[in-house]
Amino acid sequence: MSVLSFVEVSEGKIKKASVEAAYYGSKVAEGLGTDSVALVLGEASNDELASLGAVGVKKVLHVADAKLNNFDAKAYAKAVSEAAAAASANVVVLSFNQNGKLLAPRVAVRLNAGYVPGAVALPEFNGGTAVVKKNVFSGKASANYQLATENKVIAVNPNSLSPVRGTGTATVEALSLSVEVTTTVKAVNKVTGTIPLTEAELVVSGGRGLKGPENWWMVENLATELGAATACSRAVADVDWRPHHEHVGQTGLTIRPNLYIAVGVSGAIQHLAGVNGSKVIVVINTDPEAPFFKAADYGIVGDAFEVMPKLIEEVKKLKAH
Amino acid sequence: MKILVPIAKVPDTTSKIAFVDNNTKFSQEGVTYIMNPTDEWYALVRAVELKEKNGGEVVVIHVGGADSEQIIRKALAIGADKAVRVDADPTDAFFVASQIAAHAKTEGYDLIIAGKETIDYNSYEVGGMVAELLDLQSVALVQKLDIEGGVATIVREIEGGTETVEVKLPLVVCAQKELAEARIPNMKGIMAARTKPLTVVPATDAPKLTTIANYVLPEKAKEVKLIDKDNVAELVRLLHEEAKVI
Ligand SMILES: Cc1cc2nc3c(=O)[nH]c(=O)nc-3n(C[C@H](O)[C@H](O)[C@H](O)COP(=O)(O)OP(=O)(O)OC[C@H]3O[C@@H](n4cnc5c(N)ncnc54)[C@H](O)[C@@H]3O)c2cc1C
Ligand SMILES: Nc1ncnc2c1ncn2[C@@H]1O[C@H](COP(=O)(O)O)[C@@H](O)[C@H]1O
Repeated sequence: MSVLSFVEVSEGKIKKASVEAAYYGSKVAEGLGTDSVALVLGEASNDELASLGAVGVKKVLHVADAKLNNFDAKAYAKAVSEAAAAASANVVVLSFNQNGKLLAPRVAVRLNAGYVPGAVALPEFNGGTAVVKKNVFSGKASANYQLATENKVIAVNPNSLSPVRGTGTATVEALSLSVEVTTTVKAVNKVTGTIPLTEAELVVSGGRGLKGPENWWMVENLATELGAATACSRAVADVDWRPHHEHVGQTGLTIRPNLYIAVGVSGAIQHLAGVNGSKVIVVINTDPEAPFFKAADYGIVGDAFEVMPKLIEEVKKLKAH
Repeated sequence: MKILVPIAKVPDTTSKIAFVDNNTKFSQEGVTYIMNPTDEWYALVRAVELKEKNGGEVVVIHVGGADSEQIIRKALAIGADKAVRVDADPTDAFFVASQIAAHAKTEGYDLIIAGKETIDYNSYEVGGMVAELLDLQSVALVQKLDIEGGVATIVREIEGGTETVEVKLPLVVCAQKELAEARIPNMKGIMAARTKPLTVVPATDAPKLTTIANYVLPEKAKEVKLIDKDNVAELVRLLHEEAKVI
């Protein structure tokens, strides 16, 4: 028996979200007293794969088929379930990232497995039953999902747990599977130079309180100092102060960074829906009654135009140390 | 071209989130239900647009009780031609997906456009499950979808950007924002919806693979720590030393 985690490689590097999934898989394996095995599809260097040992993976199954360099939902689902059989895994862990959100339910169907989409904590086992916590209602509550099926599939919410790294290295074993790829990638369009919002651990966000696009230097400078991504409220995107792909909330992106700093954002419920999974929320707003303060961990009641320049200076000082 | 759009019913976002029966059930008190926004605004509208362009038919399917008929009529008013309601309690994604797949198998669709997720359980699972049950290719987080000569050209979200892919039909896609502009049903649509066919069918046998043991509300409203506006250095210190996030 084993626990299989599915690990994605992009441009030669293991994705951060996949390292979390592999770590989660190792913790589950440890709890069950079995081995942690990872599966990688597509070309990748042996060194990169062996590095999964640091998060407890014993063995990496590697299907080094260039056909699988790009994601193909159907082919990947077949490959993951066949690898699960090869590793006699009855728990399969994936990341609840862009590809995982589609792949995991397909794998669950193939394995007749109960499935938890977006686990935020490790499972608790009670005999053959696992109880796994996940967020529901856009983070306004959580639910304990119960899986009594023999096979179990868990997709782990990105940024829900921080992998502890040891010194192990994993052995890499080639696996060959026959798969048919029918998705043709025509173009990839990545926003370069900036940190993608959904992957960012730190985010600085501005709202209508900043009065106009010419004042965004405050948000941008603070973000640059922190190494953060920038975001905005929908109200701001609607009047074209900022591009729409930056807007977070019910109709925009959902993000769960470690730190979310909201400046001049009122904290409407539709905005909160996209950010209230953030670990730490800081709110800067002139209005002490702004609803955002109720969802915040730290707050400053004050004028952004006074507070932000000071904040930028203080962060600079901290970083200079 | 025959297109199937599965639509879900969800509490509207202003609903109070509360639980009853020892936190094992979602409290229905004062809750207004709506069509899942992603299904209504993007999946359904894009399906109707594709029909308007290429001809064919748009069918909506919903797994749920009789009290869902209002949202089904709304989908017909927006432009679907026919509706099917599978009369069953949609408590498990695999069960729901099995119902949709069973219907699709007998009808044979060129394209199934689901929403990426429902706003209550945020589970992103039904679309993928339907695809696997039908052994079809699938693409999720779809922001653009065009069909030309039996091939779909799709723009989907990836980490930090988008990817353009081509896939042959038949196909399952999961829609997200940007795929279409929401449409408000007009008078003509509302009138027409009254006479469009809505078929109610019994559920097919399928297991429920997950159950919810209980719900947990956040401990209590967070207690915000306020820092004086003239002491910004203190905020930076707290973020560094106490919260350890910078
Ligand atoms: C169906 C629906 C979906 C929606 N989806 C979203 C969504 O996804 N995302 C989203 O963000 N919104 C969404 N909205 C809109 C949302 O309801 C709010 O209108 C919007 O978030 C408000 O944006 P804001 O906070 O920037 O602006 P405002 O509400 O105008 O707030 C500005 C804030 O800035 C403060 N302020 C003013 N001057 C200063 C200053 N000098 N320094 C510091 N603070 C100052 C004010 O006190 C105020 O709190 C949605 C609405 C609907 C109906
Ligand atoms: N009860 C249901 N009836 C029909 N379609 C549904 C139902 N529940 C979910 N769906 C579809 O599946 C998508 C994803 O939902 P979920 O996997 O539950 O987050 C939704 O956007 C709908 O298109």
